[in-house]
Amino acid sequence: MKTIRIYLLEMKYEFLKVVRTPAYAIPTIAFPAIFYIFFGITFGRHQQPHGGVTLAKYLLATYGTFGVLGASLFGFAVTIAMERGYGWMQVKRTSPMPIGAYFAAKMAIAVMFSAIVVAVLYVLGFTLGDVRMPVGAAISMFAILMSGAVTFSALGLAIGYFAGPTSAAPIVNLIFLPMSILSGLWIPIFALPKFIQNIALALPAFHLSQLALGTIGAASGGSRAVHVIALMVATAVFLALAYFGYRRDEGKMYG
Amino acid sequence: MKSTTLRNAVDDPAPAMLAGVSKSYGSTVALRDVSLTIEPGELVALLGPNGAGKTTAVKLLLGLLPPSSGTARVFGANPREAANRMRTGAMLQIARVPETLRVREHIDLFSSYYRTPMPYRDVIDAAGLRGVEERKFGDLSGGQRQRLLFALAICGNPDLLILDEPTVGLDIEARRGLWVQIRALLGRGKSVLLTTHYLEEADALANRVIVIDRGTIIAEGTPDQIKQRAAGKRIRCRTALSVDDVRAIPFVTTVDAEEDAVVIGTPASDIVIRELLARDPGLSDLEITSAGLEEAFLALTGSGR
Repeated sequence: MKTIRIYLLEMKYEFLKVVRTPAYAIPTIAFPAIFYIFFGITFGRHQQPHGGVTLAKYLLATYGTFGVLGASLFGFAVTIAMERGYGWMQVKRTSPMPIGAYFAAKMAIAVMFSAIVVAVLYVLGFTLGDVRMPVGAAISMFAILMSGAVTFSALGLAIGYFAGPTSAAPIVNLIFLPMSILSGLWIPIFALPKFIQNIALALPAFHLSQLALGTIGAASGGSRAVHVIALMVATAVFLALAYFGYRRDEGKMYG
Repeated sequence: MKSTTLRNAVDDPAPAMLAGVSKSYGSTVALRDVSLTIEPGELVALLGPNGAGKTTAVKLLLGLLPPSSGTARVFGANPREAANRMRTGAMLQIARVPETLRVREHIDLFSSYYRTPMPYRDVIDAAGLRGVEERKFGDLSGGQRQRLLFALAICGNPDLLILDEPTVGLDIEARRGLWVQIRALLGRGKSVLLTTHYLEEADALANRVIVIDRGTIIAEGTPDQIKQRAAGKRIRCRTALSVDDVRAIPFVTTVDAEEDAVVIGTPASDIVIRELLARDPGLSDLEITSAGLEEAFLALTGSGR
């Protein structure tokens, strides 16, 4: 089918664009891995800070969240802000390209890079980090982390529609790094001061990491339903913002 | 006689039309009550200085902007209709396209959007991209980048082609190369709207020129008509008369002193020459030429002030 071919080609070239941009591909994969080796494996291989779960195992979930957050935010926000800002989106809009193909391609790449990042962390954890967990738990953690790519991509999409081509990357960093720290992705949430734990409740990355930690029995309390609802609400808010930005962009509120 | 009256407007709507279109951005008026039609197989040049409203007109016809009032129609329908997107190709002034994709890849992807794309080799030949197909956009020269954008505009084999300043920033050789390719498309029965501030370009390519300035159409006609209407003739001669004496002659619009001659612009050369000879029987080296479109354009828009 013609339409399917467009979606596949769009994905193929989105992929090529990304792998030919080492400034995106390398940090996206390397940063979580380096942090994890440093904090999770070097320091935390045998520490058992939380209910019999080693730090290496605990941080697998949180650096997994960190990796998915980075892959999704940078992949969406920066490329969309650039493609909008430099006029490329307008050229695409004059063509009969189904707009869904454009977003689906970016979504697929964000999920794919998220999967690579988490897979690298798994390999590091299971080999160097002496992490042991049931296959079922490993699979559910992986699936939960991938579902986070949807929420974070929606956030990246919204940023991409409001940021300029040169301001997108700094803006993403301003959101990415504080959100990671305040959500307990670098230092476990229970080790952070109480007021930060309260701030974390408002951050989608916290809720995703708690769902991922739940698969190894290391969540910090709060029901799963609350985390799921929080993520769904965040996704809806981000998508609404992105839609508003998209409409604003499309001929400054066409129609 | 305008061909509009010959065409059955219902069965065969014009490829592109603006009817009484105004467009404002906040308090800035970009277009004021502009009406224009592009007939099938015609190349219309929208000529005007920077900021005249050319790009706004293009964006309205591409459905990238809504008019503040009036209507923009492509093949008789809203430019944003899916069917129109299939039949229209556009070349916009853009800063960058994804730089890490190769020429071949850009064309491959863009062609996939269209139901009956032009064969790949034809696109490469028509856009003069042979030999750089494996180069990434970021590694192309300015002229090659323009040609890739041109390739993307034509790869869907569109019936209507809208080119916004297609040769801006190109050297004269590259510009002429693109002209050849645009003419070739006209030969295939395409309709083309081209904006330019290169007067030579409008003169070389267009069947019809529409001159636009500060959002208003100020002249319309064949390149010849535009030239005649605006500036008429240019007279060059050696004379004993001073510049002020010459300026005093009726119908003289401009006088420029050169080393040993004066150059006179006038819409009524016969009268001016008779008068010149009457006042200076020793006048010599008389030369009369049509003013170029450049002068016509400056006279029409007043940009020469």
